[in-house]
This record gives sequence, C-alpha cells and structure tokens, in this order.
Amino acid sequence: MVGIVIASHSQKLSEGVIEVARMMAENAPLAAAGGMENGDLGTSYDKILNAIDKVYSDDGVVILADMGSAVMTAEMVLEDIEYENIKILNCPLVEGAILAAMESVEGRDLEDLAERVETAHPSKKLMDD
Amino acid sequence: MIDAKKILEIISAIAKKIEAEKNFLTQLDNEIGDGDHGINLARGFKSVEEKLPSLADKDIGAIFKGVSMQLVSTVGGASGPLYGTAFMKAGNVCKGKMELTAEEFVAAIEAAVNGVKMRGKAVEGEKTMLDALCPAYKAIKAGIDCGKNLIDALNDGVDAAAAGVEYTKTIIATKGRASYLGERSIGHQDPGATSSLFMLQTALEVLRRE
Repeated sequence: MVGIVIASHSQKLSEGVIEVARMMAENAPLAAAGGMENGDLGTSYDKILNAIDKVYSDDGVVILADMGSAVMTAEMVLEDIEYENIKILNCPLVEGAILAAMESVEGRDLEDLAERVETAHPSKKLMDD
Repeated sequence: MIDAKKILEIISAIAKKIEAEKNFLTQLDNEIGDGDHGINLARGFKSVEEKLPSLADKDIGAIFKGVSMQLVSTVGGASGPLYGTAFMKAGNVCKGKMELTAEEFVAAIEAAVNGVKMRGKAVEGEKTMLDALCPAYKAIKAGIDCGKNLIDALNDGVDAAAAGVEYTKTIIATKGRASYLGERSIGHQDPGATSSLFMLQTALEVLRRE
C-alpha cells in the first residue's frame, strides 16, 4: 500500500486529519508530521523524514502538506533522500487525505493514486443554485 | 577576496543581528503574517552559531552547507527552507573554495537568490524577501561588472535592498501567509525582505571592518 504522510504546522491538525481519514480506511498506512519537535507550531524536517520512514515501502509514499514551510520543507526532504517513489500531492489536505487513504487500501499504485487525488477536486461542498 | 574566516565572521555577525532584531521582525510578521519570523529565524541562527566552531577549518562551500542544514532543521517556518535553500545553493558554487573573488561572490549571491525563487515559486513584486534580494543582486553584479570593488558594490546592493524593503510597503502580498490579507497587506513592510536586508547590511559591516 502507498504510504501517506500528513505534514502540517500543527501536531493536532496532522493527527486530526489522520483520524478523519481512518473513518474511511482504517488500515491505511498514515503517518503524522505535525508541528515542531517541542510541540510548537511550525514544520520539522526531522518529523517529515521520520514519518516517511514509518510508512515507506516499495509501493512508495505520498505527502500531503498544509501550506508554506510544510510544503517547502517536504520538498527539501525529498531532494535529500532522492527516492523516485515519493511525491508531494497538490490537493486539499483533509479531503485529499481521505481519498488517498481510500485509494491506498484499495491497492492503487502511486501514479494512479496521485492522479486521482490531484484531479478529484472534492472540495465543492454546496450545490449550485 | 573574501576568505573562509571572513565568511564565518559574517555568519556569526548575522546571527547576532537577527537575535538583536528578533522582536522587530516578529512585530512586522504579527502585522501581516503568523508572527513568528523573528523568533524562528533567531532560533535557527542560534543553532547556526553553535555549529560554527565545527566549521572553522572547512571550505566556504562546506560552511554554507552547514548553515543551510541548521536553518532547515531548526527554523520551523517558511524562512527555514527559503534561507536554507539560499545557503545550500551558494554552497554548491563555492564547493572546495577557501576564498572567493568578487566574481565568485556575485555567483554565490546569484545562486542563493535563484534558490529562493525556486523554493518559494516566487518572483519579484510579490512582497517577499525577493523584493530585497533581487534588486540587491542586480546592483552588486552591476557594480562588479563595471569595476567597483566588492565593498562598494555590496554597498550599492544594500541600498537597493533597502529601497526594495520600502517598496514592499506599497504592494499587495501575493505569496505566503500575508497574501490571505489581500489589500490589507498594503502599508506594511515585509518581514522576509527586512531580514534579507539585515543579512546584507551585516555582511557589508563585517567587510568594512578590515
């Protein structure tokens, strides 16, 4: 299964996103990388690296990030470890995580999962008038 | 010529400057961002300063890489990966060098500024550190190209960066957290551009000490 890392400024947010994603995909390999080492708000290079380690397999890993430093720090981690099969996805954090988790437990491969999550646009919440 | 010892002096002086300006940078960031720029950057440069003794006999490329790694792993905010990338890219072009000619110094600044553009997916005019860094780079390069010495060229660069910081007061933020404020970001100077100016000013002050 493709591993999923939730990189966020807040530990609570990353854990909350995982909690919600597990409602739909209890056994998905999800790992939180939220906040700084000491619990402060921010992004930790080491936490992202460790979270990748936790859910990494030959199937690869996707990283979903909230914004700013979480995205940029994830990019730097990927440049340093040089794995081909890890991708940062361009998607809404909560909806993207739910979809990624569902696709992962379905056994979708990395490319296919990434495309589905990035093109699903599941953020439209109200019907048009 | 700038040798590795001078580079270490500059970095140490930048660490002290950022610590001294921590509250001011944070106050600027409180106005249009998430209010952590000074605190984050000071934490990062404190760890850089602690790392400096272990870089004492290294070449300039290794020194810049060491600075980059400390910033990336300790800052926690956007300035970590942005300045971290800047120092890493500068390190790449200074690899194995124990001293830099004026031209090599310009090449290091160019690589650093391009690194910030790449990492931030940003360009000038978006109310970011690039509004100080890009004009500074252009002024420094123009100075060296027409035969000025490094200190005079860097002085032009600092003036250009200061003008860039003033310019950020007049524009809307379109990158980073300040972009959420839209037009309300006008009138405030960008904290990232300000910290970039402080770094350039500090480099100039150290070079003038000779």
